[in-house]
Amino acid sequence: MAIEIEKPSSVRLSKVAISKTHGEDSPYFAGWKAYDENPYDEIHNQSGVIQMGLAENQVSFDLLEKYLEEHHEVSSWGKGAPGFRENALFQDYHGLKSFRQAMANFMEQIRGGKAKFDPDRIVLTAGATAANELLTFILADPGDALLVPTPYYPGFDRDLRWRTGVKIVPIHCNSSNNFQITPEALEAAYQSAESMDLKVRGILITNPSNPLGSTIQSSVLNDILDFAAHKNIHLVSDEIYSGSTFSPSEFVSIAEILRNRNYKDAERVHIVYSLSKDLGLPGFRVGTIYSYNDDVVTTARRMSSFTLISSQTQHLLACMLSNHEFTQNYIKTNRERLNKRYDMIIQGLKKAGIECLKGNAGLFCWMNLSPLLNEPTRQGELELWNIILNQVKLNISPGSSCHCSEPGWFRVCFANMSEQTLRVALQRIHKFMEQRKVCSVNQ
Amino acid sequence: MAAISKIATGNGHGENSAYFDGWKAYETNPFHPTDRPDGVIQMGLAENQLCFDFIEKWLMEHPEASICTAEGVSKFKETALFQDYHGIPEFRQAVAKFMGKVRGDRVKFDPDRIVMSGGATGAHEMVAFCLADPGEAFLVPTPYYPGFDRDLRWRTGVELVPVVCDSANDFKVTIDSLQSAYHKAQEANIKIKGLLITNPSNPLGTFKDKDTLKNIINFVNEKNIHLIGDEIYAATVFMEPEFVSISEVIEEVECNRDLIHIVYSLSKDMGFPGFRVGIVYSYNDTVTSCARKMSSFGLVSSQTQHLIATMLSNDEFIDNFVAESRERLFKRHKYFTWTLSQIGICSLKSNAGLFIWMDLRKLLKEKTFEAEMDLWRVIIDEVKLNVSPGSSFHCHEPGWFRVCFANMDDYSMEIALSRIRNFMVKNNETMVPPRNKLCRRTSLKLSLSRSLSRKMDDFIMSPSIMSPQSPLVQART
Repeated sequence: MAIEIEKPSSVRLSKVAISKTHGEDSPYFAGWKAYDENPYDEIHNQSGVIQMGLAENQVSFDLLEKYLEEHHEVSSWGKGAPGFRENALFQDYHGLKSFRQAMANFMEQIRGGKAKFDPDRIVLTAGATAANELLTFILADPGDALLVPTPYYPGFDRDLRWRTGVKIVPIHCNSSNNFQITPEALEAAYQSAESMDLKVRGILITNPSNPLGSTIQSSVLNDILDFAAHKNIHLVSDEIYSGSTFSPSEFVSIAEILRNRNYKDAERVHIVYSLSKDLGLPGFRVGTIYSYNDDVVTTARRMSSFTLISSQTQHLLACMLSNHEFTQNYIKTNRERLNKRYDMIIQGLKKAGIECLKGNAGLFCWMNLSPLLNEPTRQGELELWNIILNQVKLNISPGSSCHCSEPGWFRVCFANMSEQTLRVALQRIHKFMEQRKVCSVNQ
Repeated sequence: MAAISKIATGNGHGENSAYFDGWKAYETNPFHPTDRPDGVIQMGLAENQLCFDFIEKWLMEHPEASICTAEGVSKFKETALFQDYHGIPEFRQAVAKFMGKVRGDRVKFDPDRIVMSGGATGAHEMVAFCLADPGEAFLVPTPYYPGFDRDLRWRTGVELVPVVCDSANDFKVTIDSLQSAYHKAQEANIKIKGLLITNPSNPLGTFKDKDTLKNIINFVNEKNIHLIGDEIYAATVFMEPEFVSISEVIEEVECNRDLIHIVYSLSKDMGFPGFRVGIVYSYNDTVTSCARKMSSFGLVSSQTQHLIATMLSNDEFIDNFVAESRERLFKRHKYFTWTLSQIGICSLKSNAGLFIWMDLRKLLKEKTFEAEMDLWRVIIDEVKLNVSPGSSFHCHEPGWFRVCFANMDDYSMEIALSRIRNFMVKNNETMVPPRNKLCRRTSLKLSLSRSLSRKMDDFIMSPSIMSPQSPLVQART
């Protein structure tokens, strides 16, 4: 007997599914769409949009490729494919021991040996995206809040809030002190959360900072940890750009702060790391959580079942990162090249009359275009951004998409292109600034 | 000390289930032919290890499938940078093609509906997040895979409502049982958002015929709820009749396609659980779009996407692989079930999966789950086999056990069978079941050959010796 199907009324999906918390309607992504439709190419499309909104590290691939060329048997399954079977079957959420060991060593090397990492505290996730979400599920209940200093990486709106139901309360930072986090700002954010009846469960900092491109000072880290201890909340330090600090001595990890304090308050501290930025391997989905809290490690490990790293990738990276000669050379060379790129863009912008925040890390600079705004508002910023996207044909990220409380700041990426392309981008900016001078003179 | 969340402190991770206790016993004393001949043999892990030689041969002939070899390294950079959650197009095309092939090319899959996830584990959680709010529920026929308790409920807050199936009709899902479960949920004020079926079934090793699937589709349409079809074992169907997928049935009946979603993975069919290749295939555009965004939390490594794209686009290899895998599963299953039947152990008639659903009801001291646990402890501690007790699958009848057969070599299989034989012989005095419950002719003394290369014909003896449930009888008649 046929069941009569009425005109299909859509059965409701979940609230999570229909919400906009995935964040893709933000201008952060609108620029990407403009780029996708008309991408710059050195040869085939010289008038296309240059992508400066994507924090990728492409400056050191030759080092990786050279390693692979010299180590075929080690990194692939080689002749006779020995090890393939074991590798394909390996789904233990503890992760390959050799890989965790290699990651721990790599993280130590990045910190110049100033902190030690226990491989058994490393939990593997498919990217930092998953790591941040996973930690949020563990540290906070739906409706609770995490404090995050502004400006911050736009992806956090999705990663920390979407499926978890947790809220972000901003810790407002501004240019008067180079956007540093102050105890007053921390307290103000905490009070703000309380006034909204939100239970604060933790603070999430990114060090080095995205989008600022600068490291957090030791004294500030101590203040933040003291604050967390005083309020009895967690501290998550996303150190995804730790290997992208131009000068090794300028990065201080929270791990180092803890060591100096003899690990007092350690069980509230959790570090997120990934190989997407330092090694330039975002496609491989390699994220880690390092927690000093046993319960968090155990739970995170169980939860990682939803987001394990492919054993094939663990095997490749275990080989690569266990090679000390390779990793030492890579870390050093990568830093030098990023530094050189940074100098190049800063000089280029300066020549065009544009100032940036003094940076010392990351794959981007934090550019100040507030003098160019028609009005010192978010609207003014977006109007300027539209001009830069559609006329100057550069996709850069407006500060408002990073929740910056001061309009006029933009994040500009410099490591995801060749030097030649960067020169073209700087020429376009120079020309744009020249034209504006002419316009304002003629008014 | 700063507290952690309710999700973190609760038991939603599901690891306190008996399903995992046996694994722990195995891990502390794993069987090894020379180093630990008295160790526990793992028969609680549904892995497919029968065809690795086949795959390894292909890998040796195709170094370009790896981005680390001389032949493949030119693709290294673009692959390493590729993090687009749409996935590498060749990967989606190859997976869509493979899914079609596994269904005899009776249906085509659209590569643009292929969404990645962190294994089927990630896929199930993702689908639950898309379809249901905390407190809402899915219907799930019992017995079901224990991991669902974690995957569908832990972080989502979604509930599972069992649809009770029993041995009286071989655990088939009936409309009555669906209606009954649905109405019970309504009375308890639980909002049902969908029905999850695993087809072929874990742990039963059977799959649903077309009529049952049509009834199920009519049921979900009538109730306006979602249907999630976990087809992770689709290519493990090793004997006629051919597997029927939901994707085929919706072409034949009136159906609101917005309700239909398939979960898939390469962990069982290809034997690649480590590679975390999970797939969500939804016929609902909104769900596809939402799931794709969510897949950011569990993308497949681009390195692995590249390998899989290269492998699965090789038509000749895939056709041969699927046929060879079926053949080897068929042989292993036949040998295993036939030998067991000679020892007096029956199992549910099955023609798919990597396990059998073993009937040990007659060995229970009493018809209770306590007795099932007692028997299970004996099997772990004395017989030294890790098998999975039916209660961990939420089976409503005590005495059933899931026993995996495709995750070991022939030698280990022989050892496992000899241990079972010894146990049955030893316990024959104390546990003599009523004659009519026994598989026929268990008193017949048969010398079981240890030859590993015996042809199938040698196993086909006169039908009167076979267990009434033996599929071999089915094959011959």
